[in-house]
Amino acid sequence: MENIMQVKDLKTYFDDTNVLKDVNIDIPKNEVTSIIGPSGTGKSVFLRTLNRMNDVISTFRKEGTILLDGEDIYDPKIDAVDIRKRVGMVFQKPNPFPKSIFENVAYGMRVHGVYKKAQLQEVVERSLKGAALWDEVKDNLDKSAMSLSGGQQQRLCIARTIAVEPEVILMDEPCSALDPISTTKIEDLIHNLKNKYTIVIVTHNMQQATRVSKYTAFFLNGTIVEKGLTDKIFIEPEDKRTEDYITGRFG
Amino acid sequence: MARNWEEFFVEKILLIAAVSSVVIILAIIGFVVGQGYTALGTIGIINFVFGLIWNPDYGLYGIFPLIIGTLSVVAVSLLFAVPLSILGAMFLAEVAPRTMRRILRPTIQTLAGVPSVIYGFFGLIVLVPFMRTHFGGSGFSILTASLILTVMVLPTILSISEDALRSIPVEYKEASLGLGATHWQTIKNVIFPAAIPGVITGVILGMGRAIGETMAVLMVAGNVPLIPTSILSPVRTLTANIALEMGEATGLHYNALFATGIVLLVIIVILLLIVNWVNYRQRVTIGGGYL
Repeated sequence: MENIMQVKDLKTYFDDTNVLKDVNIDIPKNEVTSIIGPSGTGKSVFLRTLNRMNDVISTFRKEGTILLDGEDIYDPKIDAVDIRKRVGMVFQKPNPFPKSIFENVAYGMRVHGVYKKAQLQEVVERSLKGAALWDEVKDNLDKSAMSLSGGQQQRLCIARTIAVEPEVILMDEPCSALDPISTTKIEDLIHNLKNKYTIVIVTHNMQQATRVSKYTAFFLNGTIVEKGLTDKIFIEPEDKRTEDYITGRFG
Repeated sequence: MARNWEEFFVEKILLIAAVSSVVIILAIIGFVVGQGYTALGTIGIINFVFGLIWNPDYGLYGIFPLIIGTLSVVAVSLLFAVPLSILGAMFLAEVAPRTMRRILRPTIQTLAGVPSVIYGFFGLIVLVPFMRTHFGGSGFSILTASLILTVMVLPTILSISEDALRSIPVEYKEASLGLGATHWQTIKNVIFPAAIPGVITGVILGMGRAIGETMAVLMVAGNVPLIPTSILSPVRTLTANIALEMGEATGLHYNALFATGIVLLVIIVILLLIVNWVNYRQRVTIGGGYL
């Protein structure tokens, strides 16, 4: 099993507030890894550290290393913009741009310097197919993305992310704003996507973690209490706190 | 019973307060239109608006050169002010560190509060001689007036544009950065396009201020009622025309100045309608999600 990302001794701070306290985890390639845990334990902060999204907050500071393909993503010689291209992100609330469906998917390629119409069309079609949205929108690519339903918008956001062909896709509670049917579609999609991409997903939904992921990490108060195969964690957790959380005793 | 009376009186007082401002404005407009209307009748609207010569001594009341004067000064000043304001707004909204913004924003807003006669005086003493030395001519010109106006409309356009840029949901910004776009690509392709309706409102309000500005322009524009031939020609604006001649005007001349006021009012009303239309469209577009 190959690890695409390796997180070592990660600590993060906003001003003097310590959010993540010594996080160590390996992210296996072409697998889905779930991050579970109560609110306010640093799951989103952790996710945003993996693609340097926290860099936009001026008070953010981190210690420790995060390797992507063996390379330190916080190395001063490395541009955060390149990291975000390689480590894509899908957000909690669907956030398509107020542009057409086509332009949403083409956006990433445009900012990376692809202007040929034929190439854009090809990638837009491939990405929308990859996100299981093509059949629903192929006749309306010029329509505003805002006219889509919440579930369609989220799949559009996934299409937009895979259009730039990242190695890793981070998903921050991607289904929390969606109805059950849309959620099922996204989960099916995650199953298909892992053949090509590595996925790290934050979720509050235990069932979702068991349905979509092979590996799970349980976060509590800025540290990982337990990590490993999802089946193992949910069936016979080693730590009492993990057991209490997954059985719904707190959180 | 006493309480009911109190309610009754408070409601009426509020009503009077609200209505009085409307009544005052209507009264002023009514007076201007009433006084100017006779002039329009005597001179003829076409002759008045498109007449090329303004010379009350000879009974010639053509304000076309003044309209051109106003439009040219406003257009040139917006040419300077709009790009400067938008780039400045982008800097303040997206780039400037918090402390810098705390200093810059009030400074810029203070520019809006400086009385216009001070800008005019500065222009007369500093800018006019400077233009005379470096560009030739008298120094009183469209360019000189436009430069002064640029500084005067800048705060309006800049602060409204900055508010518009700031109001764009952070989710758009994150989505763009998350796809590997640079900060500038994100500002240019996502944040700014979404803020355009707000920016347009700022530009139009700035334009309204430029059209209405009298004193500063009057002091540096040269006030020659002729169609300008270059950016260094002196011009007279509609507002300057009224201010310059109101002391000595009688009879038809006096009414013609009010008619100039009517033309100004019409221009301003058209601008306000555009602002309202843009704002209305903006609200509709956010509801429907279209841009």
